[in-house]
Amino acid sequence: MLTVKNLRYDVADEELGQVDIIRDITMEVPDGQFVVITGPNGGGKSSLAKCIAGVYHPTGGRILFGEQDITDLSITERARLGISFAFQQPVRFKGIEVFDLLKLASGDKTLSVGAACQYLSEVGLCAKDYINREVDASLSGGELKRIEIATVLARKSRLSIFDEPEAGIDLWSFSNLIRAFEKIKSETNGSIVIISHQERILEIADRIVVIERGLVKAQGTKEEILPGLLGTDSAYPSCHMADQEGGAF
Amino acid sequence: MVYLDDKDIEQRILAEVADIHTTPTGAYNIRVNGKAQSRNSTANIQITSREDGSGININIKDGTRNETCCIPVVIAASGHKETVTNEFFIGEDCDVVIVAGCGIHNCGSQDSEHHGMHRFHVGKNSHVKYLERHYGETEHGTSGGNIMNPSTELFLEEGAHVEMETTQIRGIDSTRRSTSAEVKAGASIVIKERLLTNGTQFAESDLTARLIGEDSSANIISRSVATDNSRIKFVSNIVGAAPCSGHTECDAIIAGDAKVLAVPALDADHPDAALIHEAAIGKIAGEQLMKLETLGLTAEEAEAAIIDGFLK
Ligand SMILES: Nc1ncnc2c1ncn2[C@@H]1O[C@H](COP(=O)(O)OP(=O)(O)OP(=O)(O)O)[C@@H](O)[C@H]1O
Ligand SMILES: [Mg+2]
Repeated sequence: MLTVKNLRYDVADEELGQVDIIRDITMEVPDGQFVVITGPNGGGKSSLAKCIAGVYHPTGGRILFGEQDITDLSITERARLGISFAFQQPVRFKGIEVFDLLKLASGDKTLSVGAACQYLSEVGLCAKDYINREVDASLSGGELKRIEIATVLARKSRLSIFDEPEAGIDLWSFSNLIRAFEKIKSETNGSIVIISHQERILEIADRIVVIERGLVKAQGTKEEILPGLLGTDSAYPSCHMADQEGGAF
Repeated sequence: MVYLDDKDIEQRILAEVADIHTTPTGAYNIRVNGKAQSRNSTANIQITSREDGSGININIKDGTRNETCCIPVVIAASGHKETVTNEFFIGEDCDVVIVAGCGIHNCGSQDSEHHGMHRFHVGKNSHVKYLERHYGETEHGTSGGNIMNPSTELFLEEGAHVEMETTQIRGIDSTRRSTSAEVKAGASIVIKERLLTNGTQFAESDLTARLIGEDSSANIISRSVATDNSRIKFVSNIVGAAPCSGHTECDAIIAGDAKVLAVPALDADHPDAALIHEAAIGKIAGEQLMKLETLGLTAEEAEAAIIDGFLK
């Protein structure tokens, strides 16, 4: 489904000179699998996701979607091929309502209220209360995060990438969220990449990729990777703590 | 009845500015190329011509509720210039909706101009919703400009509430809009302004609210988008001369080589006046465009969706 080969991403910083954010990442997302990317804060996970979605332009390496080389395609072109991306920090829009955003996401201008509500319910929002809310600063962090996830559900893409979807989402909805991921997987027969620090999400993974300092520290099936992650005092438990203290944003 | 050469143009413009598709219900006065084309008064809302012929007076009886008064203006003759004064006398305890609006269809090389002065006297405890939409269109290959200079004066008696919404989206080449409100005790006004300019258009809006009574309030919300080489100037002034609360918010998006100038003023003339101003001017955030692109929109579609939402 998705193959990332020797990916590099660096930026030029005025003071530090060249900063290597992604140094060399090679990984694969097989068809119809849940792949969870984890690793310490600042390791390069979001940057990798942005390179896949086309938000960042990698400085080296290739990205293949199926057979097609998408490294030089625009965000729009990748989206139309079937890649979706839920941002770690969702964007707010003055004036655009949740319903508008879901219509844009589904690509269906005539999307019914019922269908839109369905997506909101899947992320644990009482649809009636939210459908006409503006996606602006009046939404709480957790609400915004759920709406962001709903936009990706509405796209029913072959590849859906979620950047820390659980951040800021309360415990009650957590199991619903996992059910929502399972639903897209079965409906679209697609693949799902979730960036997460949560054990409960790691547990539903088919594969786990650990990224640290711009490199793949480990990757393999859940059975191969998870015991090592939980058993050591690597950087992972500390970012787990930071995540809980810091909340969503 | 005045029959225009092109009834379709008139119909389309009425639909644009006042959402009129057939003969309106309730009180109305439709003005076309400087003449009253049709008029209807109701038991509670009387429309009469002003003695000096400059426009109309609208008298709304005390206690009038759930009624609408619609007074659109259409200019479909190139080079037509007019100045109109309309005065509203709204009684006490009313709850009415007033729809005004002006549409210009310019088919020639001369400038068409509409200078409209609207004065509202809003009686005690009355609620008024005032909607004003300005619209212009120029026939392809013609050079006449569309000019509109509306001015609105509002006088709110105790406990009155006015919600004013103005919209001007494309088509008007030059506009100087002035709005002033005097707000007595317990009365409140909300003004929402939406403006989009393109090409080489110029728009200026000058808003003043004087809060003169205890617990009066004003909330002015302006959203504007300036594209291409157009310019927008926004001047707001809230004067707090009593224990009152005032808020203005000016939000503008600039695109292309457009320019936006916002000049906010707060004038607290009383120690218990609480006045707030917020202003933000900038390009569309790159992140917003990217988010919509990840949903499959092109950059152009994303920009249009952001602007549409912003001006909604
Ligand atoms: N545009 C940029 N310019 C400069 N530095 C950047 C830029 N984008 C990312 N970085 C840096 O690259 C590193 C990786 O960031 P990234 O957001 O990918 O980390 P992450 O693994 O997602 O972390 P977290 O778990 O905290 O979300 C960080 O040190 C970050 O500060
Ligand atoms: Mg991140």
